Amino acid sequence: MRPFALVLGGSLAISLLFLTLPVAAIFLDTSPAELWQSLGEEGALDALRLSLVCSTTSLALVVLFGTPSAWLLATRRFRGRALVITLVELPLVLPPAVAGIGLLAALGPQGVFGGAIGDRLVLTTAGVVCALTFVSAPFYMRQAQAAFEALDQTWLDASRTLGATEARTFARIAIPAAGPGLLAGIALAWGRALGEFGATLMFAGSFRGITQTVPLAIYERFGTDFTSALALSAVLVGVSAALLLSVKLLSGVGWLGGAAR
Amino acid sequence: MRTISAVLAALLLALAGCGGSDDDTLTVSAAASLKKALTQYGGEFEDAKARFSFAGSDELAAQIRKGAKPDVFASANTKLPDELYKEGLVEKPVTFAGNRLVLAVLAEGSDVASLKDVERAGTTLAIGSESVPVGSYTRAVLAKLPESESSKILKNVRSEEPDVAGIVGKLTQGAVDAGFVYISDVRATDGKLKAIELPDTLQPTVAYGAAVVKGTEHEDAAKAFIDGLLDGDGKAALDAAGFEPPPAQ
Repeated sequence: MRPFALVLGGSLAISLLFLTLPVAAIFLDTSPAELWQSLGEEGALDALRLSLVCSTTSLALVVLFGTPSAWLLATRRFRGRALVITLVELPLVLPPAVAGIGLLAALGPQGVFGGAIGDRLVLTTAGVVCALTFVSAPFYMRQAQAAFEALDQTWLDASRTLGATEARTFARIAIPAAGPGLLAGIALAWGRALGEFGATLMFAGSFRGITQTVPLAIYERFGTDFTSALALSAVLVGVSAALLLSVKLLSGVGWLGGAAR
Repeated sequence: MRTISAVLAALLLALAGCGGSDDDTLTVSAAASLKKALTQYGGEFEDAKARFSFAGSDELAAQIRKGAKPDVFASANTKLPDELYKEGLVEKPVTFAGNRLVLAVLAEGSDVASLKDVERAGTTLAIGSESVPVGSYTRAVLAKLPESESSKILKNVRSEEPDVAGIVGKLTQGAVDAGFVYISDVRATDGKLKAIELPDTLQPTVAYGAAVVKGTEHEDAAKAFIDGLLDGDGKAALDAAGFEPPPAQ
C-alpha cells in the first residue's frame, strides 16, 4: 500500500476511535435495565419532555427567521455583508458561558433591555428557548446560506425569466432544491440545542419541569448518582442519533454529499 | 510509518504534558464557596504553586471517585471527605473552617427583609441543588420550619443551582429576589449583597473538611497546604474572607 493511503487510513482510524470511544463507553457502562429505571426516576421524563419542547420551539424560530435571512445573504451583495455574516456566525465560536453572560447582560432584569422584558425570560422556559435559539441559530443559518449559494444559478434564472416573482422562486425552487442542505443545518442546530448546557444554566437556571433540560439533569445527577447520570446520557445519545438518522433518511441522499451540493 | 508513529508519540506526549503532574504544582479541588479565601492563600503558599479547581463539592467528590487525582480536596461539608476516606480515596480528613448559612438579597432596593418575606407569593428564590452542601444545609433549615411555612418558601424557588457561585450570580443579576448562601459569599461580593441572618434555632452546623488525596505525588506540599488552613496563612485568609473557626464536634 502507498504510504499516503496509510496516512489517510490511519488518521481516519484514530479519529473514529477517539470520537466513538466516549459514546461507546456510555452504553457499555449502562445496562438496559438501568437505562429503563433511570427514565422512571423523578425528573428524568420532565427533563426529556422539556428538552424536546424547548429545542423544537427554538428550531422553529431559527428556521422561520433564519431561512429568509440566509437567502438574503446568499443572493445579495451589499456593503457590510461580510461584517453581517461574521456577526451572525459569532455565537458559533462563543463559549456557552459567554453566551449566558451576554444574554443576562442584554435580557436579564438588570440588562440593557431588561426594562422592557423585565424578568419574563430569566429563569423561565421561554428563557431556555431564548438560550437555545441564540447558540443554535448560526449552525442553521450558515448551512442554509451555503446551500442557497450552491444552487445552480440557471434554475433560478429560468424561474425568473418565466415570470416568477422572487418570493415564488424562493418558495418553489430554492427551498426544495436546497432541501438536503437545509435539513443538514436543521440537524446541526437541533443537536446543538439539545446539548446546550452553559448558557441555559446561567440565563435560565435549573429547575425541574421548568428550566431543567436533560444536560442540566445529567449534571445534577453526576455528583450523587453517576449511574443515573450515565443512563440519562445514554437516552440523550439515543435521541440525538435518532434525529441525525431521520434527517439523513429524509434528505434521501448521502448526508455530506447532500449538504455539499 | 515511522514518521507517523513519531508524530503520534509527540502528540500524546504533548497531551500528557497538559496534565502537568510532573512539576511542582499542587492541584486543589475546592468548594466554590472557598474561592476567594483559597485564591488569596494560594498566592502566599510557598511550598508549591497552587492550582485550583472550584466547583460544587459533590461534583469534585464525584470526579475523585471516577479516578481524578487532585492533591487536596476541600469540601463545604465533612460528609463528603469522610465518605471518600472510608472508600480509601483520601487520607484522614480534618475540619478546618466553619461558616453560617444566611439569606442573601441585593444590598439596594430589596423588599425582602426577613425569612418571613420569602414566604410571600411572587418572591423568587434560588437555592443549591440537593446534592451540593449549600443545598442540603438549606433543606435542613427549611425542614426545621413548620410545614406551612417551608412549603410556601419552596414554592418560590425558581432555580436549583449546582454551586454557590450560581446562586450568587442569579442574585447579583437580579434574576431572583433572595437566595440561601454562606455569610462568606455575601462578604465576597463587596457590598453588592447583604445578609439576613437566620435565627440561631434554624442555623445548621456548617463545617468544612479537607484531606490529602491518596496517591498524590506532592504529599508534603499537600499536608503543608492543609496545615496552613488550620494555623497559618490559610487560616488568616479564611478569617479575612469571613469564615468562622471550625465548629466543635
